[in-house]
Amino acid sequence: MLGFLKQPLVVRADINLNVVALTGMGLLSRLWGLTYPRAVVFDEVYYGQYISLYMKRVFFLDGSGPPLGHMLLALGGYLGGFDGNFLWNRIGAEYSSNVPVWSLRLLPALAGAFSVPMAYQIVLELRFSHCAAMGAALLMLIENALITQSRLILLEALLIFFNLLSVLCYLKFSNLQQHSPFSLSWWFWLVLTGVACSCTVGIKYMGVFTYLLVLSVAAAHAWHLVGDQTLSNVSALGTWGWGAPTGRSRQCFSALSQACVCCHLLARAVALLVIPALMYLLFFYIHLILLFRSGPHDQVMSSAFQASLEGGLARITRGQPLEVAYGSQVTLKSVFGKPVPCWLHSHQSTYPMIYENGRGSSHQQQVTCYPFKDVNNWWIVKDPGRHQLVVSNPPRPIRHGDTVQLVHGMTARLLNTHDVAAPLSPHAQEVSCYVDHNISMPAQNLWRLEIVNRDTDRDVWKTIMSEVRFVHVNTSAILKLSGAHLPDWGFRQLEVVGEKLSRGFHESTVWNVEEHRYGKSQEQRERELELHSPIQVDVNRNLSFMARFSELQWRMLTLRTDDSEHKYSSTPLEWVTLDTNIAYWLHPKSSAQIHLLGNVVIWASASLATVTYALLFLWYLLRRRRNACDLPEDDWLRWVLAGSLCCGGWAVNYLPFFLMEKTLFLYHYLPALTFQIILLPVVLQHVGDHLCRSQLQRSVFSALVVAWYSSACHVFSTLRPLTYGDTSLSPSELRALRWKDSWDILIRKY
Amino acid sequence: MTPAVGRGPPGSELRARRGRCGTQAARAVVADVVAKDAARSPKRPAQGSRRLEAAGGWAVLALVTLLSFATRFHRLDEPAHICWDETHFGKMGSYYINRTFFFDVHPPLGKMLIGLAGYLSGYDGTFLFQKPGDKYEHHSYMGMRGFCAFLGSWLVPFAYLTVLELSKSLPAALLTAALLTFDTGCLTLSQYILLDPILLFFIMAAVLSMVKYHSCADRPFSARWWCWLTLTGISLAGALGVKFVGLFVILQVGLNTISDLWRLFGDLSLSLVTLAKHLMARIVCLIALPLALYTATFAVHFMVLTQSGPGDGFFSSAFQARLSGNNLHNASVPEHLAYGSVITVKNLRMASGYLHSHRHLYPEGIGAHQQQVTTYLHKDYNNLWIVKKHNTNSDPLDPSFPVEFVRHGDIIRLEHKETSRNLHSHYHEAPLTRKHYQVTGYGINGTGDSNDFWRIEVVNRKFGNRIKVLRSQIRLIHQVTGCVLGSSGKVLPKWGWEQLEVTCTPYLKETLNSVWNVEDHFNPKLPNISLDVLKPSFPEILLESHMVMLRGNNGLKPKDNDFTSKPWHWPINYQGLRFSGINDTDFRVYLLGNPVVWWLNLVSIAVYLLLGSVLILAVQRGVCLPAEVQGLSQVLLQGGGQALLGWALHYFPFFLMGRILYFHHYFPAVLFSSMLTGILWDSLLRLCAWRLASCCSSSLARSIHVGGILSLLLGTAYSFYLFHPLAYGMVGPLAQNPLSPMAGLRWLESWDF
Repeated sequence: MLGFLKQPLVVRADINLNVVALTGMGLLSRLWGLTYPRAVVFDEVYYGQYISLYMKRVFFLDGSGPPLGHMLLALGGYLGGFDGNFLWNRIGAEYSSNVPVWSLRLLPALAGAFSVPMAYQIVLELRFSHCAAMGAALLMLIENALITQSRLILLEALLIFFNLLSVLCYLKFSNLQQHSPFSLSWWFWLVLTGVACSCTVGIKYMGVFTYLLVLSVAAAHAWHLVGDQTLSNVSALGTWGWGAPTGRSRQCFSALSQACVCCHLLARAVALLVIPALMYLLFFYIHLILLFRSGPHDQVMSSAFQASLEGGLARITRGQPLEVAYGSQVTLKSVFGKPVPCWLHSHQSTYPMIYENGRGSSHQQQVTCYPFKDVNNWWIVKDPGRHQLVVSNPPRPIRHGDTVQLVHGMTARLLNTHDVAAPLSPHAQEVSCYVDHNISMPAQNLWRLEIVNRDTDRDVWKTIMSEVRFVHVNTSAILKLSGAHLPDWGFRQLEVVGEKLSRGFHESTVWNVEEHRYGKSQEQRERELELHSPIQVDVNRNLSFMARFSELQWRMLTLRTDDSEHKYSSTPLEWVTLDTNIAYWLHPKSSAQIHLLGNVVIWASASLATVTYALLFLWYLLRRRRNACDLPEDDWLRWVLAGSLCCGGWAVNYLPFFLMEKTLFLYHYLPALTFQIILLPVVLQHVGDHLCRSQLQRSVFSALVVAWYSSACHVFSTLRPLTYGDTSLSPSELRALRWKDSWDILIRKY
Repeated sequence: MTPAVGRGPPGSELRARRGRCGTQAARAVVADVVAKDAARSPKRPAQGSRRLEAAGGWAVLALVTLLSFATRFHRLDEPAHICWDETHFGKMGSYYINRTFFFDVHPPLGKMLIGLAGYLSGYDGTFLFQKPGDKYEHHSYMGMRGFCAFLGSWLVPFAYLTVLELSKSLPAALLTAALLTFDTGCLTLSQYILLDPILLFFIMAAVLSMVKYHSCADRPFSARWWCWLTLTGISLAGALGVKFVGLFVILQVGLNTISDLWRLFGDLSLSLVTLAKHLMARIVCLIALPLALYTATFAVHFMVLTQSGPGDGFFSSAFQARLSGNNLHNASVPEHLAYGSVITVKNLRMASGYLHSHRHLYPEGIGAHQQQVTTYLHKDYNNLWIVKKHNTNSDPLDPSFPVEFVRHGDIIRLEHKETSRNLHSHYHEAPLTRKHYQVTGYGINGTGDSNDFWRIEVVNRKFGNRIKVLRSQIRLIHQVTGCVLGSSGKVLPKWGWEQLEVTCTPYLKETLNSVWNVEDHFNPKLPNISLDVLKPSFPEILLESHMVMLRGNNGLKPKDNDFTSKPWHWPINYQGLRFSGINDTDFRVYLLGNPVVWWLNLVSIAVYLLLGSVLILAVQRGVCLPAEVQGLSQVLLQGGGQALLGWALHYFPFFLMGRILYFHHYFPAVLFSSMLTGILWDSLLRLCAWRLASCCSSSLARSIHVGGILSLLLGTAYSFYLFHPLAYGMVGPLAQNPLSPMAGLRWLESWDF
């Protein structure tokens, strides 16, 4: 038990001064003058508003990515004691004194700084030389675009950090696989791989592709493991973990490392599939815990979701009776909520006798969907068999399949549909509140209630929770929000129709009760008064986390932002050649400015290295197929792994953008670029080791590399004013920096 | 998979065992299985004679073909009215007969064949094909339907032969054939004037010939080998020529070819010269030949369609000059733009249209309440504009004034001829593209304000030059705001008559959206010149028509609040398509897969994935399978893998597509799925039989196999008997009514027949 006391406690520390130096330089380059400029720079205006909402704990909906990235940025604000009071409305606006600029920008800057030593580590773990590793890190260090991007309140630096972390952890893990599987550090790196992967996904959806890359490399390695016949199938389970010393397992005891294939696969599955999934849920859990107040984005969410937030709808709906009964007064909200969330509505006006295009209508009272709260949104659920409009005692709840009539509260007319073409969707039926014009058009006002999310066929219609459809009894038409705006005669409200050709389920046919109370007044006059009075209040209804998560996730994925063209938007093809830049900020008086602009030498040579890699790889592959092995087996495997991670990392972070329809910017390319930068020294070392035959060639090659690196440094220092934005350049100096016609460098006209 | 095997040392013993159960053994087993099967097959006399066997094979094939033709041609003439998309493709067939130019999002081959079939069968192209439900009356439509049904009927024998080649097993092939013959969906789709039967025919033909040429891989460069390779190429060209969905089968053949070449490349006994020959043969037959044929179909298309028609406006001015009847054909116009000219202005972005305005205002709340300016694809009087000087309102056509040409950099005013309003822009946001400025028609009788002034610039030109009609690419820059006139390509809502939005973009990036050319040009004071110089070359029109098709395809977007078919609906047969009729008095045809077949297919895919991964894992673990199982797993992994690949390639890409999707897009995948089902169940039953044979009697095992296959065949046939009214048409009460022939068969609520 006390065995550890027999040995002296020894601490041994290996300090790799390279790493220390690189970290130091990284920190210096990223943190230097971090609070400058003390103004909103570019997309800070976008992320800033969410930070403020986190500080105020107000719920929001942002379709651009999962919440982890926003939360990390908000963490900076929290640590700096930000109270959220700043109006993020304009790029270039001066920060007020309550905004802790330094701590807000700190986290991305640290992530950017630590990416530098991580590049070093990755190349090392790929089993290339220290020299190559230093090269990768130094290139990361002087890449202007990476510096700019990590010095501001933006997400790319964090994304890159976690991208690199996932790759690094996986490499550490797979290098341990040979010698010490199931050791403590093996587990540590494996689990950390899973965690880092979930963080990449949690910051931006693009991270999914890096995760998939790591997964597929892991799958390929696992597949080799499956083919490894020295490992047993399952029986060695006893040797590891439970240690039951049965006769069988003792045979394998001699080699502890020979754990079973199943254990290996299971460990990977847990760490790389289960943990990331749980982590992802955790992000949302924290997100929803943090944001408990209702806010401006509520409207998009379902009534049930809104009711789970503090304030807003919850305040209104608290204390409502749960079960809708005959005589209930309700407002009905469209679940689809597109183009805008709205409630079923009617008013005194009738459909125009003849439409603009000459078609006729029933000239009955209009039924629409109205995006604002209004007393005309109230409907009373009536039993077709009885006359009374109050809830009996005890209330008679309505169940799935029951037939009901809907009485419009203010006009006491019944919801009706008939075989008349709807005003804007002529293939569907018009929905009206029935007015008897004595023209032998009978009332058809019976509706069958269908609860869509029912558990059993006898479910009761519940307020907020039940999603229901109204099926017209005579014509089987379904009450539907068509989404079209009515012309002036319909006050630009949304059209509601009876859909005859219901081709399956669509959310636009689904409604739910939002506000609800049991009606008490039999007289129309009293009822009107009752409708105008606010409803009484008491219990809060909670929604389970999973329900809230799935709804929020779904809304985030389907949230459509109208693709706005941006002055600095660009296409993926322009990124590789750096044909575009983004002006982030311009000093209000001088011509000091910040641009997202890459180090041209690095961009060009990184792309060149990728092409070289691909060509060499193809050449070696073909030669190997013909049994001509140019590389020793070990070198070949190393070469393939480096390529599949770096080239693969570049491809998965770049190519998907060609399929995307959203507005794209140069900074979307940065994650792909980091992988290319790591590949660059790998290719250089390969060329130096294997393609330079003589010592002379090698020396010449090294000299060239040094010359090339110093030119990269030169470019860095030339572009430095645009990266840090701290010096004001004269117009002629700025013009001199405009190396490509497509670069947009701001020159003031005096 | 016993533990003893799993834990065994990696010694020589195991390797020797693996060697024994290698591919040669497997091949022998397969041959053996086939021979046994032949002996066992209930449809043949149990004699071993080779010739008889061959004759039997032919007889079965003939039977399958006959059954397929019989089902497809049965009641082909009903209903005698237009069903569903016949209204499009029949119309396009007529266009070929009338030689009228039109535009469609699909390549021309399918419609050309339909037109040809109509022409040969005596259809004169006079029927209008206006809307579904119109009666054909005296017009001859059976030729076109018959042609489609003819091609659709070949699907079954093709699938039969493919499976026979892949699995070497007659029961598997028969099962596949039965699934396809008795699938109401394939049947319905083959019976009408549609592109799908033609497309499916070419897809299936490509797969069959690819499989056949793989089967003669041991005798490369033999006549048979060349023949099948060429046929593959031809079918690929056909598939692509009908619809772009053909790209998926090209991908499948491509992947197979690459893996085939990779295998050959690793064979060190082949010299590099031989390899080069292999490579060249494939490049010629699978790339060059299809491309040539595909191009040829377009050449024929352009040669046949020489008359101007409804599709003109989609194409550039130069393209239209080819079409007789078009006002640009053999036209002569004044060469240089002058003040006072009446012109039409066309956006250079393809399929974007002419600058247009009309007497309707932007609705209130959307920018300023002024007259709409849009782009419009069709020729119209409202496309005419008059070029005027910005500062005078005098009539420049007054003969007393000299002709004054418009020059690069001039400030002009464009007056709409019909409404006399000026092209105008201002700092209001555009209706759809919120970051752009709104463009309106403003002013009365040409008197407006300074927001009506535009600087005209020729792209890539220096100062001072005149502006040439058609050939100059011009930009119109708004004088006050500095923005550029452009078309965003977005479709306006109903208030804008679904024409395209015109905006003034403040971003000066040069895109085709903001470049225009002058197309029609009338000026009585100027001499006309001929436009023959404009005639584009064939590669140019080929490229342009592809761009237009691509754009058309992308433009088919579903609207919000509409019921649309989603790819995940398809394999579960969630919902069909109404081909004809709604009410109980109508003759109703409903495109819906036979649910028994489709759900069997769905289950088979799941079972296959499970079985396949177990087998693959076993192989990777080095488990030595018994010879019989080894043979079956070869068939399952290779033959089944081919079918699964086909299914995946023809199904999953649809998830990525933004365009509007329909149920019938799934049918190419159904073919592959049915082939997989055939192979899977045959192998499974054989596996069961083998298992039983090792413990019980072999006669029982045999009867299990035969019985299983027979019951599957009969079950499919019976389900077809139940569901055949869907395809052959039904009159009378709807399915809810117990009197209906379909009563009780509406198994899913979403089926609306």
